[in-house]
Amino acid sequence: MGLTITEKILRDHCQNKKAVAGDFIMAEIDKCLANDITAPIAIEVFEKVVEDSKAEVFDSSKIILIPDHFTPNKDVASAAQCKILRDFATKYNIKNYFEVGRGGIEHCLIPEKGLVQPGEVFIGADSHTCTYGALGAFSTGVGSTDLGVAMALGKCWLKIPESIRFIYSGKLDEWVSGKDLILYTIAKIGVDGATYKAMEFTGEIIKNLPMADRFTMCNMAIEAGGKSGIIELDKITTSYLESSNQLKHSFYSSDKDAQYYDTINIECSNIEPQIALPHSPDNVKPVSEVHNMKIELDQVVIGSCTNGRLADLKNAARILENRKINKKLRCIIIPGTQDIFLRAMEKGYIESFINAGAIVSTPTCGPCLGGHMGILAEGEKALSTTNRNFQGRMGHVNSEVYLSNPVVAAASAIKGYITSPENI
Amino acid sequence: MIGKVIKYSLKNINTDLIIPARYLVNSDPDFLAQHCMEDLDRDFVEKVKKKNYQILVADSNFGCGSSREQAPSAIKASGIKCIIAPSFARIFFRNAINIGLPIIEFSDIGKLKTDDNLNIQFEEGLIKNTSTAEEFQIIKQPSFLQQIILAGGLINFARKQIE
Repeated sequence: MGLTITEKILRDHCQNKKAVAGDFIMAEIDKCLANDITAPIAIEVFEKVVEDSKAEVFDSSKIILIPDHFTPNKDVASAAQCKILRDFATKYNIKNYFEVGRGGIEHCLIPEKGLVQPGEVFIGADSHTCTYGALGAFSTGVGSTDLGVAMALGKCWLKIPESIRFIYSGKLDEWVSGKDLILYTIAKIGVDGATYKAMEFTGEIIKNLPMADRFTMCNMAIEAGGKSGIIELDKITTSYLESSNQLKHSFYSSDKDAQYYDTINIECSNIEPQIALPHSPDNVKPVSEVHNMKIELDQVVIGSCTNGRLADLKNAARILENRKINKKLRCIIIPGTQDIFLRAMEKGYIESFINAGAIVSTPTCGPCLGGHMGILAEGEKALSTTNRNFQGRMGHVNSEVYLSNPVVAAASAIKGYITSPENI
Repeated sequence: MIGKVIKYSLKNINTDLIIPARYLVNSDPDFLAQHCMEDLDRDFVEKVKKKNYQILVADSNFGCGSSREQAPSAIKASGIKCIIAPSFARIFFRNAINIGLPIIEFSDIGKLKTDDNLNIQFEEGLIKNTSTAEEFQIIKQPSFLQQIILAGGLINFARKQIE
């Protein structure tokens, strides 16, 4: 019987060479990651695990610490949290600690730095760690205790997931992106439609989908409850890895006779840009329908681990260049990393944003989780390229978050209400 | 274990509702517990204390969203000793197991209501609702997870591996 790409990667990372979906394994991990919200607890756990032994971190080059959520430190309490990471990184000589100003949003930064490779097992104490499936890695979000234990043992318990295969066919409309495909998919299966499952994205559309869009799709696998998202290595992945001088790792692909929990065919030719309405990522409508609802906005956010890559900023700049942000709202644009920021500056995108009347922030997760840099007041509405629109996610419990792709967000920032780029 | 039920018949109770990000600047479980579930029910913490609720019952996909372990930690520190729901989001599920907070996947939550007294027998895989004199079979966790649960959580489990 054939195996899925996910079964093959995990089998090669554990003792049980016959392991298949449904089996529990202690997986040997290639890298592990934590941020300023999850690392402090993980570090405390690590210290408890090793306290009576002479054990140290399992491998100081395989632990990645990135303060990105409440940074630059928004208050004294968050400064104290970040200091825990910094002190730990110094104590254990953690090579991949990324200080503010030399890093960025973790899921944009890690692929950029070549810290995840195809065929690897990557765990992160952040739910959007599923992003790196776009590079053909098995990557998944875990908790702080998992991470603390992984820092000591280099291992993590996992149940090998069954996979759902999604086959995307047809032709994409000019304004439709990976964000729209994943919102459409989440709406189709629901926020728990892929719980405990790996989401394997395949088909003609995926074969031609740029890297940034692939990261966006895998990033939001968790919003359907997925354990991971994954896309097999192909020409686009290889050229991305080569362009950033990264070495190719193991190549894995699903067998033709692999067993899937389900196969879902999605014909994309008639898909419009998608909007997730409050308060759930599966409450999705096409933009034309939302346009008719005339939803007036107080804030637009373009950025995050979902849509903060250079291609996303390029798409937003295409709309915002030589135009003005609507007087009634503020538009916050956040490049995902320092490198993306610099390249966006060189290409003139940042100038277009500032001339349009947007604020451009240093890389931070800030507003996405209602941390800082764009909190909503009671009754306010925001359109955001982020990943979650739970009640109160971006501020007051009675504020509203709508989700979209970057071009729709940019067009709506100009118009003042949610609309398609076709209307500007 | 024996305890009284507090129930929220809501699906997809997410980690932002369980513990909003605005409180994540402090990892102390007792601090987090003061704000547990406040965006869903402002009086949750007080109710749990005053009426000595120990079993939280909710609808499916409980704990969806963020990986924040602060969510099950806050619930545990609020005084809740067990959560029952038809299904759990996967990171919440593993976090609960890892920190030693028992969770039970049970689909017939219509049979349980606030103020019911339950006698949960984990070894036998049984929930007894002593308020209605009904009994329900529950599926036991797989033996791999039982080892972590019996060790009292993943920290103790890992310490044994190092020894």
